[in-house]
Amino acid sequence: MKNYVIRRILLMIPVMIGISIIVFSLIHLMPGNPYAYLIESDARAEDVESMLQAIGYYDPLPVQYVKWVGGLMQGNLGYSIKFKEPIADMIGRRIGNTLMLSGVALILSILVAIPLGVISATRQYSIFDYVATIIAFIGLSIPAFFFALLLVKFFAIDLKLFPISGMETLASGFTGMKKFVDLVYHLALPVIVLSFIQMASFMRYTRTALLEVIQQDYIRTARAKGVSERVVVYKHALRNALIPVVTIISLSLGQLISGAVLTETIFVWPGMGTLIFQAVMNRDYPVIMDATMVLAFMILMANLFADIMYALVDPRIRYK
Amino acid sequence: MSTQTLDAKSLSPMGIVFKRLKRNKMAVAALFILILLTLIALFAPLLTPYDRDQLDLANSYQKPSAEHWLGTDDLGRDTFTRLIYGGRVSLSVGLVSTAISLLIGVFLGAIAGYSGGWVDNLIMRIVDVFMCFPFFVIAIAIAAVLGPSIYNVMLISGVLSWTKICRIVRAEVMAIKGREFIEAAISLGLEGREIITKHILPNVLAPIIVYATLGIAIGILSEAGLSFLGLGVKQPQPSWGNMLAAAQSLRSLRLHWWLWIPPGMMVLMTILSINILGDGLRDAFDPKLKR
Repeated sequence: MKNYVIRRILLMIPVMIGISIIVFSLIHLMPGNPYAYLIESDARAEDVESMLQAIGYYDPLPVQYVKWVGGLMQGNLGYSIKFKEPIADMIGRRIGNTLMLSGVALILSILVAIPLGVISATRQYSIFDYVATIIAFIGLSIPAFFFALLLVKFFAIDLKLFPISGMETLASGFTGMKKFVDLVYHLALPVIVLSFIQMASFMRYTRTALLEVIQQDYIRTARAKGVSERVVVYKHALRNALIPVVTIISLSLGQLISGAVLTETIFVWPGMGTLIFQAVMNRDYPVIMDATMVLAFMILMANLFADIMYALVDPRIRYK
Repeated sequence: MSTQTLDAKSLSPMGIVFKRLKRNKMAVAALFILILLTLIALFAPLLTPYDRDQLDLANSYQKPSAEHWLGTDDLGRDTFTRLIYGGRVSLSVGLVSTAISLLIGVFLGAIAGYSGGWVDNLIMRIVDVFMCFPFFVIAIAIAAVLGPSIYNVMLISGVLSWTKICRIVRAEVMAIKGREFIEAAISLGLEGREIITKHILPNVLAPIIVYATLGIAIGILSEAGLSFLGLGVKQPQPSWGNMLAAAQSLRSLRLHWWLWIPPGMMVLMTILSINILGDGLRDAFDPKLKR
């Protein structure tokens, strides 16, 4: 197990290098220099020139790459061109918000999806199963941003139940409990969007896995012994059925993080997604590169976590 | 009894799959909707009451009425007409981007699975790299580099989503490679290329077809997302995604539902049908499921 984890971590290194090379070359393919969109047209050409010199725009590409990666490794992420602010600070302020949004969504979707999946499986082909399956298919198919727009339209604009966007009521001066309630109100709609979409696949997997386990011999043995149906399902079957579900949940962490990008943009949630989108719109090259690397690293860690979880929950799996 | 087995034997493999699929009512309904949508998109000029880009500035933001079934947009263009033309764009993006991802994924997957060794290792590391990309982040960044256009959307979606099919094909090829008929082909002196294309790939067709069906959904979704953000298909060419972008204005979101709910519903209906059909195909291809 220990060797397996170490090997998996070592394998991450070439992958990170590959990601960094692609992100770097992508950004350097962008047309125009980083200041072209920023500086008013009356800026003197030699000023622009000296600023470009200062950020190393004219260094050969390999030199720029090594400088950038070297900085990343030392935790020096450089400065935003648009906001003249250390990128580490910008990411630091927002990464927590993204984790909060996706974390709450993940927990909510698990809490709803697993019981629904179990009921669906134990009452296979019932009306409940049928309706749940259709809702799950809708969840798998609806574009997140369209679902978000519908929620904003009905619950925020028409019914005025929730705020349209943001993370807190501006200039409200809320403190303590009031501030928390305000945050929950702002969280509600984006969390519903993200968890509804996640929920669908978790539910389907729970249902399929449980149906598969229930057909096995040891379940028939338990039933033959006279164990009550409730104990058979919840104690004997569910334990084994949850093994693939745990894997799917861990694997979906990465998806959740990158899926939050569009949802955040719509709700103007101050997380990594909006940061990157605004950076692309502003052509803030260093921010795009660093934030993408941070997201990719988070996804990579989530995948590693998924593999380790998989090995941990299923004792049948032995790694060489 | 005996006639039935004879019947089953006389069917081609595809015939068996189709027969199984026909028993799945949801999948048949989904297939029917998809065929209908395709026909509507193909014959758009015959079905639409107005010209695609016909302006009528005096009649902008009209509510749905007998003349304009789904109202008009900010420039007075007929929303129903643009919705139908938008289907052309969305469906073609889905098809072309899936073709691109299939081309890359099947090619690399077959090579990786057949060659093994360092070639396999290298290709799998590339797959790892692509799988760690936050899809929309990279898509937005590439769209910003390439500029908004329908062809770039096809390219971006195709180039970013080939990893899944690559892994599937690789696994299948590895499994088939060890079988006797491949050994026979090798001992007959066939070249690797010939063995892969003529003897291995036809056996991998089932997962490829299932994946291709579901892949179209990915293409349509990325078109919708990118165009919504203004990084995809450009006006005046209508697509479901850039029609949805109308909802970016708070005023239209509040007042003009006919501008953005219909295209969103079209995307939802298309993807829902594709997912249901894909699910049905997977069951129909699965020899372990006997019905």
